[in-house]
Amino acid sequence: MTGSMEAGMIDSSPEELSRYARLKTQFRIGLPPVLVFFVFLGLWYVVTYFVLSADRRWLLPPPHQVVAEGFFVGSTVTEILNGLWQSTKVALMGLGLAFLFGFSMALAMSQAKWIERSLYPWAVASQTVPILALVPMIGFWFGFGVLARVIVCFIISLFPIIINSLTGLLSADRELHSLFTLHNASRWRRATRLQIPAALPHIFTGLRTAAGLSVIGAIVGDFFFGRGEPGLGLLLDKYASRLQSEELFTTVFVACLLGIAVFWGFGYLGRRTVGDWDPYWAEEGLT
Amino acid sequence: MAANPLITFTDVSVRFGHITAINAFTHSVDSGEFVSLVGPSGCGKSTVLRLASGLIQPTTGDIERSTDNVGYVFQDPTLMPWRTVRKNGELLGELEDIDPGERRQRADEVLELVGLSDFANHYPLQLSGGMKMRASLARSLLLEPDLFLFDEPFGALDQISRARLNDELIALYADRRFGSIFVTHSVDEAVYLATRVLVMCSRPGKIVAEFSVPFDYPRDPSIRYSPEFTKIAGSVAEALEEAS
Ligand SMILES: Nc1ncnc2c1ncn2[C@@H]1O[C@H](COP(=O)(O)OP(=O)(O)OP(=O)(O)O)[C@@H](O)[C@H]1O
Ligand SMILES: [Mg+2]
Repeated sequence: MTGSMEAGMIDSSPEELSRYARLKTQFRIGLPPVLVFFVFLGLWYVVTYFVLSADRRWLLPPPHQVVAEGFFVGSTVTEILNGLWQSTKVALMGLGLAFLFGFSMALAMSQAKWIERSLYPWAVASQTVPILALVPMIGFWFGFGVLARVIVCFIISLFPIIINSLTGLLSADRELHSLFTLHNASRWRRATRLQIPAALPHIFTGLRTAAGLSVIGAIVGDFFFGRGEPGLGLLLDKYASRLQSEELFTTVFVACLLGIAVFWGFGYLGRRTVGDWDPYWAEEGLT
Repeated sequence: MAANPLITFTDVSVRFGHITAINAFTHSVDSGEFVSLVGPSGCGKSTVLRLASGLIQPTTGDIERSTDNVGYVFQDPTLMPWRTVRKNGELLGELEDIDPGERRQRADEVLELVGLSDFANHYPLQLSGGMKMRASLARSLLLEPDLFLFDEPFGALDQISRARLNDELIALYADRRFGSIFVTHSVDEAVYLATRVLVMCSRPGKIVAEFSVPFDYPRDPSIRYSPEFTKIAGSVAEALEEAS
């Protein structure tokens, strides 16, 4: 650090150079996806104006029209933002519950082989359950409101949390375990000073995956549980049935943004928490 | 030398399933002695250290140890990646419930001893292999063990780092005279460090030869080229060859 400061005082060029290099790298990383975006927009226009005849154009209205009607009509904006808030709330509550439950389960599994052997098959089963098959039952038991939606999110995001937490908890170095054994560490100490810290990078990986799934769960759950404040899923349903394609596309776009935001948010949390010392998350920080 | 055994193995055997890893192992290490242990891969050297530390129990036979203050240095540095070098140094103090101020001070002292003071706030991720090994050494120095167990600690390092760490270890030993069992694959390292070199054979593992090394401490690197050193190293190598 001091080295580069001294270099900067004598001759500013190395630092300038590195800033230029960094910009160049960012540009190189950022440019291709942006180009793809423009290609995508171009294709969209092509389909709208050259593939679809005028009377069928409502199937795919041009991007500028979507933006104008979806983002600049006050009542629509309010409605979509409300739906966004509802879905976000449901997704985060489901994720939170899944984390509390999943992490506790993984912690129990990491403490004794017999617990692991008893629970592991069920953890795997929780992933293989076709969630749609459960939906009617969830509605039957928990009503068709927020609780039912939260439970869908919970089920759908549980597996990656359990598996990643467990992998992490079991990843602590064997010789470090030996040191804890040699110094007669209690189970509590071993868990809090060795296993849980060792698990953190994996836990964040699991959380990030689970968060994405939870957003999907919130939107899917909405389709089936019609009651309560409408989330993004219900709006999609409503706009589609009324052929309001501009609003429909905007909602799809917002749902994508929510997914990205959640993925990025947990990525950020991971980098902040373990990026200093974990090679994987440190690398994540560069991109 | 007055017999003041730090640890004594009497007719020890260890079986894993139907593999007999160690058989009829009888030996003792006196306090202040630096014993090197060489032998073919898989002959049971690590098993001897695990027995000595109490991590595993012998299947038959007896192990008597006059101290509970045992330091263990593994082949890998096994630092906690989430802790800074200083916090890694404090670990054993924490496990032994030494109060925070005291253990922090001790950690700083041992880091100073291994030349890592400037890196106290770095994470292991930011250290070279040699520095990580130093940090690992510092960690086990914190409790000032009477018996030090080393399991090929410098095996993964380059020649220069290895030679330097050998000299640093010799300086530490010259100063503190802890009893040691040092496992290595390098005959040169074994002779250079130790007061006594033991050679093991495999299947089952037991001691087949023993050599004492007469040089005083601290040792000068140049003794490596002396005829006497060469002669001892030659005999050790020969015994090792035979045992393999
Ligand atoms: N936990 C275990 N379960 C079963 N067999 C084991 C176990 N630990 C060691 N062994 C066996 O005991 C023998 C001695 O192993 P040990 O690790 O002590 O050898 P070593 O001399 O340290 O080898 P190296 O030089 O490769 O480190 C080997 O045959 C090994 O396969
Ligand atoms: Mg070994």
